[in-house]
Amino acid sequence: MDDFLAARSQMALSLGFHIIFSCIGMVMPFFMAVSHYKWLKSNDEVYKNITKAWSKGVAIFFATGAVSGTMLSFELGLLWPKFMEHAGPIFGMPFSLEGTAFFIEAIALGFFLYGWDKLNKWFHWFTGMVVGVSGLASGILVVAANAWMNSPAGFDFVNGQYLNVDPIQAMLNKAWFTQALHMCLAAFTATGFAVAGVHALMILRDKNKDFHLKAFKIAAIFACIGALLQPLSGDMSAKDVAKRQPAKLAAMEALYKTEKPAPLLIGGIVNEQNKTVKGAIKIPGALSFLAHGDFKSEVKGLDQIPENEQPPVAIVHYAFQIMVGIGTMLLLIALIYFVTIFKKKPLIEKRWLLKLFVFAIPMGYLALEAGWVVTEVGRQPWIIYGIMRTKDAVTPMPGIAYSFYIFSAIYVSLSMIVTFLLYRQIKMVPVVYDKKLGK
Amino acid sequence: MEYVVIAFLCLGILLYFLLGGADFGAGIIELFTSAKNRSKTRNTMYQAIGPVWEANHMWLIIAIVILFVGFPHIYTTMSVYLHIPLLIMLIGIIARGTAFVFRHYDAVKDNMQEVYNKIFVYSSFITPLFLGIIAGSVISGHIDPKANDFVTAYISSWLNWFSISVGLFTVALCGFLAAIYLIGETEDLIDKRRFIKKAEFMNIAAVVFGAMVFIAAQRDEIPLYNWVFKNSVGLSAIILASISLVLLWYLLIKGKTKILRVLAGFQVSMILLAISYAHFPNFIRLKGGDTISLFNSIGPEKTIYSLGLALLLGSVLILPFLGYLFYKFQQKEE
Repeated sequence: MDDFLAARSQMALSLGFHIIFSCIGMVMPFFMAVSHYKWLKSNDEVYKNITKAWSKGVAIFFATGAVSGTMLSFELGLLWPKFMEHAGPIFGMPFSLEGTAFFIEAIALGFFLYGWDKLNKWFHWFTGMVVGVSGLASGILVVAANAWMNSPAGFDFVNGQYLNVDPIQAMLNKAWFTQALHMCLAAFTATGFAVAGVHALMILRDKNKDFHLKAFKIAAIFACIGALLQPLSGDMSAKDVAKRQPAKLAAMEALYKTEKPAPLLIGGIVNEQNKTVKGAIKIPGALSFLAHGDFKSEVKGLDQIPENEQPPVAIVHYAFQIMVGIGTMLLLIALIYFVTIFKKKPLIEKRWLLKLFVFAIPMGYLALEAGWVVTEVGRQPWIIYGIMRTKDAVTPMPGIAYSFYIFSAIYVSLSMIVTFLLYRQIKMVPVVYDKKLGK
Repeated sequence: MEYVVIAFLCLGILLYFLLGGADFGAGIIELFTSAKNRSKTRNTMYQAIGPVWEANHMWLIIAIVILFVGFPHIYTTMSVYLHIPLLIMLIGIIARGTAFVFRHYDAVKDNMQEVYNKIFVYSSFITPLFLGIIAGSVISGHIDPKANDFVTAYISSWLNWFSISVGLFTVALCGFLAAIYLIGETEDLIDKRRFIKKAEFMNIAAVVFGAMVFIAAQRDEIPLYNWVFKNSVGLSAIILASISLVLLWYLLIKGKTKILRVLAGFQVSMILLAISYAHFPNFIRLKGGDTISLFNSIGPEKTIYSLGLALLLGSVLILPFLGYLFYKFQQKEE
C-alpha cells in the first residue's frame, strides 16, 4: 500500500467512524429530552427509565465521538500538513466556533448525567436540551468546514498564494447550507431508524413491551419526519452540486457524454475503461430536471472535464445509487408508519411493520456513509476544489500504511466494544428498570 | 487581538496541563496502587473526575484549534516531525477516554471491567508521557527541517534524553496533581493517608526527573538553565514554587486539604512559566538554532481577529457554565 493511498484510507476510515458516533451523539439527546419532558409532564416512571437508559447510550457515544473527533483534529495535520498550512487560517473559523459548541455540550452533559436528583428538575431537563442543541450546532459547523473544501471561498488565489483571507466569508461558503441541512436530516433519520429498530426488535421478542413501545414511538417519529424531508433537501443539494461541481454530478450519474436532455440512470454497471454503463434503467430528461429544474436543459458530462480532474466514476456512482435507494426505502417505511398512525391501528398487531423497522436499523447509516463517499470521493482529485490536489497535500513521512493498520485495528475493536456494550445495556433493561416499574 | 489569541493558547495549554493532568494523574495513581486498594481508589477518583473529565479534555482541543487556525506553520511542523509521538499520544487519548466511559457505563459488571481498567491505567501513563515528550521535543532543537533520512527527520526529533526526561517529569507532575486533588476528595482517613503517601512519592519522582531534565538539557546544549535562572521572572517563579511547596506540606500536616490543590496547581503553573517565559514568543526550536515563533508564524490578520472574537465569545458562554459545574459537584463535601 503506498503512502498516499494509506493516508486517504486512514482519513476515510476515521471520518466514516466518527460520523456514525457523532450523529448518534448529536441526535439522541433530542429523543432523550422528549422522553424526559414526557416524564416531567406525566410523572409516568416509564419515561424516566427510557430517559435514563438512553442517556447511557448518549454517554457512550458522546465519549467515542469526542475521542474520534479529537483524533481527526490531529489527523488533519498528521496526514495533510500542506493542506492545513494553507487552509487552517481560512476555513478554521467554524472549527473555533465548534470548539465552543462542543465545550458547552461537554459541560451540559456533565450536568445532565450527574445531575439526577441534584438539580432543579427543569434546569436538569434544560441541560439535556443544551446537549442536543450544542451538539447539532457543532455538527453544522464541522459540515460548514467540509463544505468549504467543496466550495472554496473567502480568499484570493494568486500565483499559488492565498491572499485576502476572510474566514467569515469562507465559513458562509455556497455549499454550507445545503450540505449541513442534508447532513442533519440524515443524522436524524439514520439514528431515529436505528433506535426505533432496536426497540421494535424488543417488542417483537415480547420483552418489556410498555417500555419499548413508548421508546419506539419517540424515535420513530423523528426518523419518519426526517425521511420525509430528506428528498427535498436532496433535490436542493443536487441542483447545488450541478452548479458548483459538474464533475461530481457527472460521476454520480456516470454521465460520460454531455447530453441535452440528459436521462437519469438508475443502477447499472460502470465500465471505467470503455466509459459505458450497462444495464441501467434510463428515465429520459429526469437528470436535466434534477440538475437544473428543466427537463430539456443540457447537463455537462465527463467528456467536458479533463481526464486528470475526473473523480473515480464507479465508486461515486454506486455510492450515490445506494444512498438514493436506501433513502427511498426509508421514505416508504415512513409513509406506511404515518398511515398506521392516521388509522389509529395498534402498532403491536402490525408485526410486519415492526419487522420493517428492524430491517432499517443499519440502513440509515449505510445511506449516510454512502452519502459521504459521494461528497468526498466525488471531490477528488482535489482536496480544495479547483485549488489544491489531494496528492500535493499528503505528509512527506513514509510508512503511513502502518499507521493505517493500527487505526483500523483500533476502530474495529472500538466498534466491537461499543456494540457489545449496547447489547448488554439492552439486555439489562428488564433487570435495571423493571423492578421500579412494579409490574 | 493577537495577544488575546496567544493568551487563550497559553491558558488552554496550562489548563489542559492542570485539569487534564490531574485527570491523567488519577489513572497513574491507580496504576501505582496495590491491587487490594484499587477499587477504593477508583471510586474516589470516579466521583472526583466523573462529571468534569469531558470538560477537562476540551482544553486540548481548544489549544489545537488555536494552533491550526492561528499558527498553521507551528501546527504543521509539529504534525510532520513529531508524527510518531503525536500518534502514540492520540492512541493513548482514545484508549483512555473510551475505557473510562466503558467501565462506568457497562450494564454488566464482570471480567470486562479488568480489561477496561488495564487499558485505562496504562494509557493514563502513556498519554502524559508522550505529551511531555512532545513538549520537550518542541524546545529541544532536535527537529531538523533539512533532514533527508527517516531517522533524523522522524525519530531523533523526539527520541532523545531531553524529551524523554521531560516526558517522565510530566508524568510525575500529573501524578502529584492528582494525589493532592484526591486527598481532598475522601473522608476516609486511611484513604487520605494513602493519597498523601502517593503525593510524597510523586513529589520525589518529580524532583528526580526534574534534575534529569536539567542534566539532559546540559548534555544537549539546550539553554534551559539560562532560561530558568538567568532571568528574574523564571527565577521568581521557581522561588515562589519552592515556597509554596513548603507551605503545601506544612498545611497537609495541619490537615487543611482544600487549599492544597490550589497550591499544587500554582506550583505546576510556576514551573511551566519558569520554563517557557524566556523562551517566549519562540515556540519551536529547530536544529541549527532557527526558531519558529508565535509572531513569525501567525495567520492572516482577519483570521486572528475573528479567532480572538470567537474565543472571547466562547469564554463568555463557557466559563460561567463550567464554573457552576465545578461548584455544583463540589458542594457535597462541604
